[in-house]
Amino acid sequence: MRTLAALHSILAFASSSLTDLSIRWPTWPEWKRVLFLQDYNTRVVMLGTMLLGLAAGMVGSFTLLRRRALMGDALSHATLPGVGLAFLIAPSLGLAEKSLPVLLTGAALSGIAGVVAILYVRNLTRLKEDAALGIVLSVFFGAGIAILSIAQQSVGHSAGLESFIYGKPASMIESDRLLIGCSGVLTLLIMGVLFKELTLLCFDEGFAASRGYPVLLLDLVLMGLVVIVTIIGLQAVGLVLMIALLVIPAAASRFWTQNLKQMILISAAIGGAGGFVGAAMSALFRNLPAGAMIVLVCSALFFISMMFGTERGLVVRSLRRRDLNRSVDHQHLLRGLFELQEIRGPKAGIPFSELQTLRSWSSYRLLKEIERCRRRGLVFRDSDQNLSLTSSGVVEASRLVHEHRLWELYLITHADVAPGRVDQSADAIEHVLEPELIAQLEELLLQRRRVQGIAPSPHPVDAEQAS
Amino acid sequence: MSALSNWSWDYDGWIVLAGILCAIAASLPGNFLLLRRMSLLGDAISHAILPGLAVAFLITGSRSSLPMFLGAVVVGLLTAVFTEWIRNFGEVDEGASMGVVFTTLFALGLVMIVQAADHVDLDPGCVLYGSLETTTFDMVEVAGMEIPRVVLVLSAVTAMNLLVVVLFFKELKLSAFDPALATTCGISARLMHYLLMIIVAVTAVASFESVGNILVVAMFVVPPATAFLLTERLRSMIIVSALIAALSATLGHVSAIVVPSWFGYRSTSTSGMMALCAGILFFVISLLGPQHGVLIRILRRQRLSRRILSEDLIALLYRMDERKSGVVASIDQLRAALLSSGFMSSLLMKQHARKGHVIATENGYQLTDSGRRLGAELVRSHRLWEQYLVSEGGVAVDRIHGQAEQLEHFTGRELRDRLQQETSAPVLDPHGSPIPPE
Repeated sequence: MRTLAALHSILAFASSSLTDLSIRWPTWPEWKRVLFLQDYNTRVVMLGTMLLGLAAGMVGSFTLLRRRALMGDALSHATLPGVGLAFLIAPSLGLAEKSLPVLLTGAALSGIAGVVAILYVRNLTRLKEDAALGIVLSVFFGAGIAILSIAQQSVGHSAGLESFIYGKPASMIESDRLLIGCSGVLTLLIMGVLFKELTLLCFDEGFAASRGYPVLLLDLVLMGLVVIVTIIGLQAVGLVLMIALLVIPAAASRFWTQNLKQMILISAAIGGAGGFVGAAMSALFRNLPAGAMIVLVCSALFFISMMFGTERGLVVRSLRRRDLNRSVDHQHLLRGLFELQEIRGPKAGIPFSELQTLRSWSSYRLLKEIERCRRRGLVFRDSDQNLSLTSSGVVEASRLVHEHRLWELYLITHADVAPGRVDQSADAIEHVLEPELIAQLEELLLQRRRVQGIAPSPHPVDAEQAS
Repeated sequence: MSALSNWSWDYDGWIVLAGILCAIAASLPGNFLLLRRMSLLGDAISHAILPGLAVAFLITGSRSSLPMFLGAVVVGLLTAVFTEWIRNFGEVDEGASMGVVFTTLFALGLVMIVQAADHVDLDPGCVLYGSLETTTFDMVEVAGMEIPRVVLVLSAVTAMNLLVVVLFFKELKLSAFDPALATTCGISARLMHYLLMIIVAVTAVASFESVGNILVVAMFVVPPATAFLLTERLRSMIIVSALIAALSATLGHVSAIVVPSWFGYRSTSTSGMMALCAGILFFVISLLGPQHGVLIRILRRQRLSRRILSEDLIALLYRMDERKSGVVASIDQLRAALLSSGFMSSLLMKQHARKGHVIATENGYQLTDSGRRLGAELVRSHRLWEQYLVSEGGVAVDRIHGQAEQLEHFTGRELRDRLQQETSAPVLDPHGSPIPPE
């Protein structure tokens, strides 16, 4: 209830202004100042967060493929005790307690301790990855909170430390950007040099080990990269939101490509764009915290990618599935018509209702398919509205029937499947048979004479006859 | 221990009780999260509920805790649902989809709160990390007793979790280990999944608003993980995890008072120390645990490799003795043949000498009769295995030695007799060496 009370007091202030939640639209000069980076402070912040997004996007690609997306989560929490300890110890070393290098060294050291702890739990106990991450995350963070709470009483003004948890991009200064830039270049260099090794580690750890690559060392390098990126991100976007930069761009880029190099580039681009646009929005609009905005821009890009990604996006995938369904329907319709006309004679029209009982397709779906075939001149309706194949329809259908029966024959003669059961198995495979495979099957199976150039069906075709 | 002189049961007692209740409440569902490899879900949910709190406030405009509680629970559940969706529809790996969902929700909540709290310098720290220390500031009267509200709420949550775990033990267990089998048995694995998500969300929110999220996140993971290292059965794992949770909560509060005083500070954050204590308990048990402890396993492996080396030494001496009776072999000769370390070899040979298997002479060691018997047993096992692998296993003659070399150390009298029977009592092994009699 205490925390709620705290929230209440904040919200009590807020309620007065709840009525004017409207966001003021920035004027043109303001747009210009932010977008053309004319303002010194904004420039530092925007370029800094952009660089951070680039670096995090790249490193995140590897951790995502390593199925360790939430490692950033654990390691960013693991830096906290180091920050607190550095803060406590720094004065006794004769340094200012909030001197950034000291704090970052502390963060790095405890981040590395976190890495070691994760590896310990994962490799030496029988617990799995997720438990290792969860344990390191919560225990280190608990230790961090305990140390920070001591630090607060010792020096009285540890307020700056909280920015490590929540981030204060606005307080970024030129040296921070340099630091981010340098670390970004460093991570880029390490990743460039170890690209092949890290790729192998992510895709096939066992194979990498069998080829003599030092898997444990590579794992350490990868986690080290995460620690570097996390530490430089702590100040900018804070601990919680740093996780987002490591996870979201990489996950988003998966929807666009299957190629690792491209994935890294796209991920970096999404991270960079998120950093830039997020910081810009925070500069343009009142009351939009930069750290949160960066994350929200990244998530927006993620959802766009998930929807419209050209490789695995939902739209593309559902279109692909629709195309496949259509081509399957197409083949089923033509083959069904052909086989019925084979029995009844080429002039006999087939009523719609009979076609519908052939398969479990809805009448709507069947009608659509008939319409498509009619438009392509493969099927026509006679005066009784019954359906027949046109001459070009017969050509197309005989090819399909031929392929279907070839596969059935193959199953009977070479796979010892009972003739009564081949129809369905052939049905599953006929839609994906390649021309070369057909040629092979013909060579293998058809020494005997063909009927009209089509193999005869090895089982009764008529549905009633079959049952 | 002077720091504990201020201990007061009216104050510290309630804090410890609240901590214990929270720890037990979280560790109960935590066991199932661990088995489902979803340990990070507690963390995700406790971050993601921020927008739930904000929206509940913005909609109702009230500051009473019930709407906030409901809002947070709903968003907590949505976290699980969205994670599931992104994983299924987007084919994104579970961890990544969780990461996307909870960071997005957290950021959304942050923006909302800052928007709402116009002109207020917001410190989300006080929103996110509650403190146990203030437990006793908010008392309610129940049945004539003054009880802290927090304790009341957490008791209810603990009772609820306990009830769910006891009532649905079989269902939860089956769907955690084998969702497909559960479904075929007529238990809806989906339903169980969401039931678990509901109690995780309720626990996270209830603990979050009373004791801060760091404690509950730690207790979701660490005690079940510790119990997992100690036992093989789910029932005892749950009980052990609850005990460990309670123990770390108690130790946590004591050390929050005591440890800082060693360095001249006042007490520190209790929930942080409780998490840390759970971590330390985990570390100790992972090192020293009787079954799966790291140290125990190392010791066991060392003992085994020492036994194997010691047996190899005797067997080698026996083989040399076979060629030239009464042979004396120096340590250097022995270790050159076995590629073993000089220290270990001479230590083990001294052990053999003490047991009377060998006699130490100036130039090295010589087998005694009891040593010869021991060596004969080993060599007999080795050669019987070689014969068996060739005659019954159909293994090529040039490949049997390595396998027999491993098997000989785990072959007793009974197995040797069986081997002899199966291979129709051969006199020579496939290499042509005589098989010593029993």
